[in-house]
Amino acid sequence: MNKTVNQKAWFFVLPVLILVAFNAIVPLMTVVNYSVQETFGNNVFFWSGLTWFEDVLTSDRFHASLGRQLFFTFSILAIEVPLGVIIALAMPRKGIWVSVCLVLMAMPLLIPWNVVGSMWNIFALPDIGLLGKTLNTIGFDYNYTRQPGDAWFTLILMDVWHWTSLVVLLAYAGLVSIPDAYYQAAKIDGASSWAVFRYIQLPKMKRVLTIAILLRFMDSFNIYTEPSVLTGGGPGNSTTLLSIDLVKIALGQFDLGPAAAMSLIYFLVILLTSWIFYTVMTRDEEN
Amino acid sequence: MARIKLSGLKHSYLSNPAKDEDWALKELNLEWQDGGAYALLGPSGCGKTTLLNIISGLLDPSHGKVLFGDEDVTHASPEERHIAQVFQFPVVYDTMTVFDNLAFPLRNRGVEETTVRHRVEEIAAMTDLTAMLDRRASGLTADGKQKISLGRGLVRTNVNAILFDEPLTVIDPHLKFQLRSKLKELHSRVNNTMIYVTHDQTEALTFADKVVVMNVGEVVQIGTPKELFERPEHTFVGHFIGSPGMNIIPCEINNGSALLDGHKIKTENKAGDNDSDTVIGVRPEFVHFAKTGLDAKVSKVADVGRSKIVDIECAGHSLKMLISEDQEVPSGNTKISFDPAATRIYSNGRLCGLEAA
Repeated sequence: MNKTVNQKAWFFVLPVLILVAFNAIVPLMTVVNYSVQETFGNNVFFWSGLTWFEDVLTSDRFHASLGRQLFFTFSILAIEVPLGVIIALAMPRKGIWVSVCLVLMAMPLLIPWNVVGSMWNIFALPDIGLLGKTLNTIGFDYNYTRQPGDAWFTLILMDVWHWTSLVVLLAYAGLVSIPDAYYQAAKIDGASSWAVFRYIQLPKMKRVLTIAILLRFMDSFNIYTEPSVLTGGGPGNSTTLLSIDLVKIALGQFDLGPAAAMSLIYFLVILLTSWIFYTVMTRDEEN
Repeated sequence: MARIKLSGLKHSYLSNPAKDEDWALKELNLEWQDGGAYALLGPSGCGKTTLLNIISGLLDPSHGKVLFGDEDVTHASPEERHIAQVFQFPVVYDTMTVFDNLAFPLRNRGVEETTVRHRVEEIAAMTDLTAMLDRRASGLTADGKQKISLGRGLVRTNVNAILFDEPLTVIDPHLKFQLRSKLKELHSRVNNTMIYVTHDQTEALTFADKVVVMNVGEVVQIGTPKELFERPEHTFVGHFIGSPGMNIIPCEINNGSALLDGHKIKTENKAGDNDSDTVIGVRPEFVHFAKTGLDAKVSKVADVGRSKIVDIECAGHSLKMLISEDQEVPSGNTKISFDPAATRIYSNGRLCGLEAA
């Protein structure tokens, strides 16, 4: 067969190519460019090889914020995923309450991130905030601006409040797609409610939960706005997550090289973890 | 195992049924003998699945009682009734192997593992699943999955009845026949009461010893396949069973006999004085060409292989007749007659002269 050679078709993809170049490739390559150079100002750059990568990977500061980041991400996943599934199981499947529940659930997701931060910042203030004041009145010594433990508690609580809904909605979508016959068959087979969950609901929710966990992992690993408005990384450095630390280095200290190297490492950590997770979760479907 | 008795059963999905149409199931009295093979036959929406779910305990009837033997089980759960049910779409537990799927109903009831193994192997042999026992159930084809559903219904030894809710809907046509014969064979082996719901007359007539025909929430006739064919007690049965269905011709009544176009038609039964809305029912198999009889005109002939279906116009009505392949079809005007032993008068759908059920 003779194929007509016509390279004009490339013009059709050109707009997309330009768009992607300007919003992804160019910025990313700029960061790569910074990460291998040293500058002393005046827009003069010197080649520095992989020095910045070595510096970042061996720095205690990076290890500490990476540790805090991992702790944050795994804490919120450990809470939000089971909690989301439990709420989804408890939600009604029929009737007018379905839409009421869905709207209530979607509410936190609609609030802008910096508003969430501000809300919780005021809500948790020990002297005038509803949460802070209440906790202190009933006898807890609670002050999230001074005590690291309290800051962490508030931070995790805020994220659970803001994002559990996402897991709920996804899990709920998985649940309602299970045909009635499965529940009827389970009844006939004499399955306990635990067995129904373990052998029917959980397997049918697996796909959506994989997506939920992936989304929550990536989002929480990237999180900046809410903790930055709530605690600003404090008290001290106690809630300085990776993104907050990165902004401090890049825009606070204007260390472009180390900041660029850190960004790339940060990016690779997310990419690698997501890939491993996805591969493991979808592996046995292919068999 | 037990005899199943339904007494005064009624069901509506609405909380306040007022009209006749609000009832998914109208008053019903039925008895199923232990060990019988029954079919519930009717068009979609006639209430057969409702009835099945009431028997299995998935649905609580609005009125009436369900008795297993002498025990009232109207409000008992499916588990307490020891019922097995196979659904329209195959239900398998995806994450389990075929073996675990079959063992699931037994393990849930705390049966000892050696007994489970023994029983599962026995059932797997019956349902041709032995070779696949270690495979994941999710990888099987639709008919394989339906066999698992079936196997799960058979695996318990103490079931009172096995109910099938259109189990062959998603099965390929050439496998349907195989699975149906398998079911029939299993019935003779395990000797359980089996109730099979379907809208397909072939399935019902080949599977069941007794067929219960339903229409709009009512049982219209219960009988063997032969009875349903030869002596339909309702025009619906005549029309629904048989291909093509029974000819239904409006007629007048004079002194208990049917009059069609001024001719007296010999019938097997007589109409009563109060019968209204009368029709003659005669199957296409029992309409013949004749030397004397009603004037008729052939309008179409369709050759369907071993027989021919002839469309004729007679006294302003169009009828169908079924004749053998080698029989000559007269062209144009001719005369036809009905076999008196297979021609009956119906009033308001019901066979005349029949005691009210």
